[in-house]
Amino acid sequence: MSKPLPAVDFLKIPDQGDPYLEGHKCGACGSIYLDAREVCSKCGERGKIAATRLSNDGHLYVFSVVYRSFPGIDVPYVSAIVDLEGGGTVKGNLIGIEPDPAKIKMGMPVRVVYKDALGRKDREGNSYLSYFFEPR
Amino acid sequence: MSDVYVVGIDMIKFMKAGTGPAVEQLGAQAALMALDDCGLKIQDMQALYCGNLGQADAMVGQRVLQQIGQTGIPVVNCANACATGATAFREAWMSIKAGVNDVVLAVGVEKMGAGLLGGGGGRKGIPREGLLGSMTMPAVFAEAGQEHARKYGTTFEQFAKVSVKNHHHSTLNPKAMYQIETPLETVMGAEMIAYPNTKLMCSVNVDGSAAAVLCSEAKAKQLGLMKRAVRVKASVMTSDPWQERDLVMPDVNTCTRIAAKKAYEMAGVGPGDIDLVELHDCFATAELLHYENLSLCKDGEAGQLIDSGATSIGGKIPVNLSGGLLSKGHPLGATGIANIYEISTHLRGEAGKRQVPNARLGLTHVIGLGSACAIHVLEKVA
Ligand SMILES: [Zn+2]
Repeated sequence: MSKPLPAVDFLKIPDQGDPYLEGHKCGACGSIYLDAREVCSKCGERGKIAATRLSNDGHLYVFSVVYRSFPGIDVPYVSAIVDLEGGGTVKGNLIGIEPDPAKIKMGMPVRVVYKDALGRKDREGNSYLSYFFEPR
Repeated sequence: MSDVYVVGIDMIKFMKAGTGPAVEQLGAQAALMALDDCGLKIQDMQALYCGNLGQADAMVGQRVLQQIGQTGIPVVNCANACATGATAFREAWMSIKAGVNDVVLAVGVEKMGAGLLGGGGGRKGIPREGLLGSMTMPAVFAEAGQEHARKYGTTFEQFAKVSVKNHHHSTLNPKAMYQIETPLETVMGAEMIAYPNTKLMCSVNVDGSAAAVLCSEAKAKQLGLMKRAVRVKASVMTSDPWQERDLVMPDVNTCTRIAAKKAYEMAGVGPGDIDLVELHDCFATAELLHYENLSLCKDGEAGQLIDSGATSIGGKIPVNLSGGLLSKGHPLGATGIANIYEISTHLRGEAGKRQVPNARLGLTHVIGLGSACAIHVLEKVA
């Protein structure tokens, strides 16, 4: 079976070692972006942005439990925004916890885990690896 | 620079998404109503500023003129997400401020589809919705509300009260899409879309249009239109400045705060001077955020403000007397001008059962996600 593709460009799957999330950090002001870019949109510096490996540990900033989505998308699920330790904020599904607003605590520690992208495949039938958050 | 006045303004009754006529006919209806409101003709207009989102690349303004009079005037088509109508209005205002024109028409119009907005996807690879969280609008604004809940303990019930209030207001507005009371238990018990937003806490997709005739002071006096004129005391737009969580969490707060501060300065008034507000309640969660963003209360006190009834009809600072986007409806490109219609109607003393007694100053606010914020402060003249 061929290697899965990353669900997003900032998910890196090295030939050796574990997958990770990659940010792009401004050397002038420290802002972190999820895409490669020339110019920092916070401070305007050019050419000072370099790739950096983001932490797999973070804290849940906010969430919503989504009960209605587009056709074919399983609900309910937890849409979560997570601040990673050392910088960078990412959005994804929070799993490994009941999708019940009363049970999910904003600020709770979570970790980034890497799993198959819910069985979703592209037109060519390729599998994808995605990232999720789990309570830690 | 001349002060700018709204001399004619109107909106059609908003209708179920997809049931209206073609977009140019929809826009033409409001345009003619606004012209009739001030007794002017399309031949009197020196320019048309047209806001529409769904057909932003399809010359909607010119097509409106093809319905009501092809006089050869310049037409500017504007698209700016949910701030589209307000952007068209502001461009019209600016052309008079600049002394280029002295009487112009602004039209906002939208034909909407049904169902969820946002989500996106469709790029290469696989769909991301429900895999990397949700980018549907109800979820995005749920998360924005949750940020407030996280900081201040705002409750589901407090968010839901916004919807109870706005639906109540709309029972007094014959131009609203709905005129239905929705008690708290109905709002909270409605289908949960994205916690804490239930179906009744999401704005209604509708077809709609609104239009305004704007005039310089000299022209308004010459035409004898000052009696029902409404002075534009402030017109401000902002985009969203850089924020730490920008990439995954649109920030509707900062651009509103900056715009509000500038608008109060430009108008030379404070939030305490404002008699009524139409703000961008695209979701019930959003309204509470904007109470604080517009300085209607202190930070952290939005929950108490809705609990106190101050923003309901008869309260200290009524908000969204039209029924808001939650019940009047939200035709994206028309919303910014429809809000100005609501405020103008109160300032003219013509708002019927929902009239704010002796209203002198009103404020309108819209947010287009992405983001564009527009605020107008309007003042009674006569
Ligand atoms: Zn920088």
